[in-house]
Amino acid sequence: MAEIRNYTMNFGPQHPAAHGVLRLVMELDGEVIRRADPHIGLLHRATEKLAESKTYIQSVPYMDRLDYVSMMVNEHAYVMAIERLLEIEVPLRAQYIRVMFDEITRILNHLLWLGAHALDVGAMTVFLYAFRDREDLMDCYEAVSGARMHAAYYRPGGVYRDLPDTMPQYQVSRIHDEKETKKRNENRQGSLLDFIEDFTLRFPKYIDEYETLLTDNRIWKQRLVDIGVVSPERALALGFTGPMLRGSGVEWDLRKKQPYEVYDLLEFDIPVGVNGDCYDRYLVRIEEMRQSNRIIKQCIEWLRNNPGPVIVDNHKVAPPSRVAMKQNMEELIHHFKLFTEGIHVPPGEVYAAVEHPKGEFGIYIISDGANKPYRLKIRAPGFAHLAALDEMSRGHMIADLVAIIGTQDIVFGEIDR
Amino acid sequence: MSTSRYEKLSLALRDVLGSKLIHLGQHLKEITIVVQSQDLLDVSEVLHDHPDLSFDMLIDLCGVDYASYTRDSFAGEGRQNRRFAVVYHLLSTTLNHRLRLRVFIDDDEFPMVDSVMGIWPSANWFEREAFDLYGIIFSNHPDLRRILTDYGFIGNPFRKDFPLSGFVEMRYDADQKRVIYQPITIEPREITPYVVREDHYGDDSKVD
Repeated sequence: MAEIRNYTMNFGPQHPAAHGVLRLVMELDGEVIRRADPHIGLLHRATEKLAESKTYIQSVPYMDRLDYVSMMVNEHAYVMAIERLLEIEVPLRAQYIRVMFDEITRILNHLLWLGAHALDVGAMTVFLYAFRDREDLMDCYEAVSGARMHAAYYRPGGVYRDLPDTMPQYQVSRIHDEKETKKRNENRQGSLLDFIEDFTLRFPKYIDEYETLLTDNRIWKQRLVDIGVVSPERALALGFTGPMLRGSGVEWDLRKKQPYEVYDLLEFDIPVGVNGDCYDRYLVRIEEMRQSNRIIKQCIEWLRNNPGPVIVDNHKVAPPSRVAMKQNMEELIHHFKLFTEGIHVPPGEVYAAVEHPKGEFGIYIISDGANKPYRLKIRAPGFAHLAALDEMSRGHMIADLVAIIGTQDIVFGEIDR
Repeated sequence: MSTSRYEKLSLALRDVLGSKLIHLGQHLKEITIVVQSQDLLDVSEVLHDHPDLSFDMLIDLCGVDYASYTRDSFAGEGRQNRRFAVVYHLLSTTLNHRLRLRVFIDDDEFPMVDSVMGIWPSANWFEREAFDLYGIIFSNHPDLRRILTDYGFIGNPFRKDFPLSGFVEMRYDADQKRVIYQPITIEPREITPYVVREDHYGDDSKVD
């Protein structure tokens, strides 16, 4: 009789279902996974080491490139850590703007996750729908920062500038005639807040569309229910955070438990799962999008009625206005010092964490009083999740592995850093 | 963390850890404790199991190289000129508090510390990362391999004596028809100087 042995198979690093550059070495018994060993680091850029030789402000754009589908939330943790070390209070309006953009980012992230996850499992349409709606949110990013993805909009002490009063318009082109262009510009006539409000009114219907396509879909359920089950005890032991932890039924959300910025003034609910399988995590994330939409609405309401400064007035931290800089010697010196030498952060250490769309994203800074961090450590949620891939996928089929990678919401920018 | 919870935690820590506690620092509403590396496992077990502490989650673990750190206060408290430290960030989801635990490693040449994987399984990859980037050995770790750097990488890139530009670069060699490593051809450069201000710089009293 022939001897039956396990065999080893390589997966990735350039596989469309690997969400970037994941290389997996799998030990298989037929089609059943006995061991999955992720090899990571193919996107390692040593962000933490780079930050040690850059001033504090110069590192802000690096944060965008960590988890490159939820850019502003990464910045948020970073600037929050610096603000805590400096012990400065951020203007309330800036806090609301940050919370609003955190939630916009959460929707951006979850839409990409939803599209990619569904595509992995075999549903093409959701991906197209999700990217259609991401487009509007990207436009919001562009309107405030000039960049569609890598915004560098949050700065120590506030945000770079106030929300614009006008939205950029589409131009007539060979593809879109005048009538068509007018229609496309219809919701861009007012301010950015009007544009976002228009989106929040449309968005619940969009979520219903995704749910129609997936929630009761027989194939979707067959592929997700009872796949990658994690018990609440195991989820805690493995360091899961965010939807991965809540999917297992642990009610833990930093926005509620350790509120930062203005989250304690806003109304929203925290969805939790029951079974800890991929399907529950899907439901949790869908509900999170609805809740984010709710938070954005409240922020719009507040921001409309409360104009004010969006960055602190302390020129040791935030640059003076351009006009002041051109006319006033002291402002000019401040500007020059800030952009050549940078902020001096008092000695100490701090760990600031935010509820990132993927889980707890934390920044640990050790400062020795210089203009650069002595040590910067980025706590990426995906790192702990991917470490548990082996445990989650053992005993499952290869096809289920793809569903598990999808449910973990892997992005290599943050895992490899 | 609210004030009462914060005070309660620091009292509980002093009470439970007793003489094993080398230093307890409170700064910016965060609590940092320092313990000896030989006490690490005992302390971790207590932190995990004691009902007043119950740190059920290891959020983060990282290595730190203190080679060019100039201060003995804050992050350098209890350092005694040792070079490497491991910093653990703990979280209790039941009591909703956080703690930073720091262990300085006695041997600078061959830094070794116990693995906490038996207490918090999430330490697995974090310890591999600290091993990879700082060369800190975690004894009793079942699978201590490099994780972030390239296959066959030499050195520990996050140590302070490792230059930012590295030692080797990689390129495709048309003659050998393969990718080769060669010594770097770029000059290491740093545009902004590292400036540490003396204490009380720019205080009003000094301005004439």
